Amino acid sequence: MKRITLPMTKEQRESLRAGDSVLLTGTIYTARDCAHKRIFALLDEGKELPFPLQDAFIYYAGPCPAPEGKACGSCGPTTSARMNSFAPRLLDLGLPGMIGKGEMSEDVRAALKRNKAVYFAAIGGAGATYGNAVKRAECVAFPDLLSEAVYQMDVEDFPLVVAIDSEGGSIYDR
Amino acid sequence: MRIIDTKEIEECVYNMARRAGLTLTDSCRAALSSAKERETGAAEFALSALLENEKTAKREQMPVCQDTGMAVVLLSLGRDVQLVGAPLKDAVNEGVRRAYEDGKFRKSICDPLTRVNTGDNTPAHLHVEIEEGDKAEITYLPKGFGSENMSRLFMLTPAEGREGIVNAIVETVRLAGSRPCPPVYVGVGIGGCFDSCAFLAKKALTRDVGSRNPRKDVASIEEEALARINALDIGPQGFGGKTTAIGVSCELAPTHIAGLPVAVNIQCHCVRCEKEVL
Repeated sequence: MKRITLPMTKEQRESLRAGDSVLLTGTIYTARDCAHKRIFALLDEGKELPFPLQDAFIYYAGPCPAPEGKACGSCGPTTSARMNSFAPRLLDLGLPGMIGKGEMSEDVRAALKRNKAVYFAAIGGAGATYGNAVKRAECVAFPDLLSEAVYQMDVEDFPLVVAIDSEGGSIYDR
Repeated sequence: MRIIDTKEIEECVYNMARRAGLTLTDSCRAALSSAKERETGAAEFALSALLENEKTAKREQMPVCQDTGMAVVLLSLGRDVQLVGAPLKDAVNEGVRRAYEDGKFRKSICDPLTRVNTGDNTPAHLHVEIEEGDKAEITYLPKGFGSENMSRLFMLTPAEGREGIVNAIVETVRLAGSRPCPPVYVGVGIGGCFDSCAFLAKKALTRDVGSRNPRKDVASIEEEALARINALDIGPQGFGGKTTAIGVSCELAPTHIAGLPVAVNIQCHCVRCEKEVL
């Protein structure tokens, strides 16, 4: 199992292959359906985003509230395919990759390849495992969206599988 | 006549919701464990992670999955019961509201158009059936939507028959692919009308994983659909493998001579379901 610390260099991303298991440590940002709509509205208006796209991995997730004494509640991935229409534009703007669950579209695969980016699959349903691996979480945008807001998270040893690599190889291909 | 204060129902819903958020059903856990023995590579890694995750959830008192679901409450109420106290619907919603607040569960319910969150995970989807007797049987199912989104309803023709039913089930799981968190548990409604068929499918998901419909011809549909689904090679998390579903449960109701409704309700591998009798 490979250990990876964010931010990742282009060379590190290119060295990963679909099917590789990794433990990821570093800073990531949650965003799901509603947050993506708002990020796109900001981009369309030419406004500044609440977080930098370069070096920032987006985690398709909406956590449970944090229990007493914890940084974060249960926090597994949501279905990535719902973000198919959003991912290519963000990748073209410098996003190095995403974390989610399940297959994504051919457009996303092409954008990952074009930008030498990588899509990681977290284990859907393992919410307690991921929530427990979040060491710090801070809402950095759209707090009115509650669990759907953008949270900046420091995570330690997130167990992930490379789902689509920078060459377009996919664990979902048969 | 037996009198039940709806406060008791509220407490019961509260306790079931708290437990369900943190626990897989015994039959689900057993099915995942035995699936793990059959798998290798990424599929085995995923199943091991899920079994370990439930232990972490218990130890840390955190929900097994962050999608703590839409609260589905099935109440089978004896006709000799007289309910007193707050209106039934309010009592059920209050139980859900308190459980999601105290349990630090995610509030996932919103207006379908404005997408504004209701803030407390209510309203619950409450379904009441009046039966004989003086008991109140409550089933609590928190339903996640990654899997709910992959569900389908078919209005087949009578001519399509048994083969059409099995094809509809397998096709729904095939199209869902890796998206609903496989291995899935498949609830199927056969017959009834447009809406009651979908409800039968939901009700099928409250059965134990691996249980069989007592009707032999229905059980054979469950078995054939499961075998064909597990030959799809979608596998745990879509990583490939022998286990794409851990079970198929079918429920039946008489239908119209002109139709054959089939509803396929997909449940992820995180089967959470509680039952209590008052």
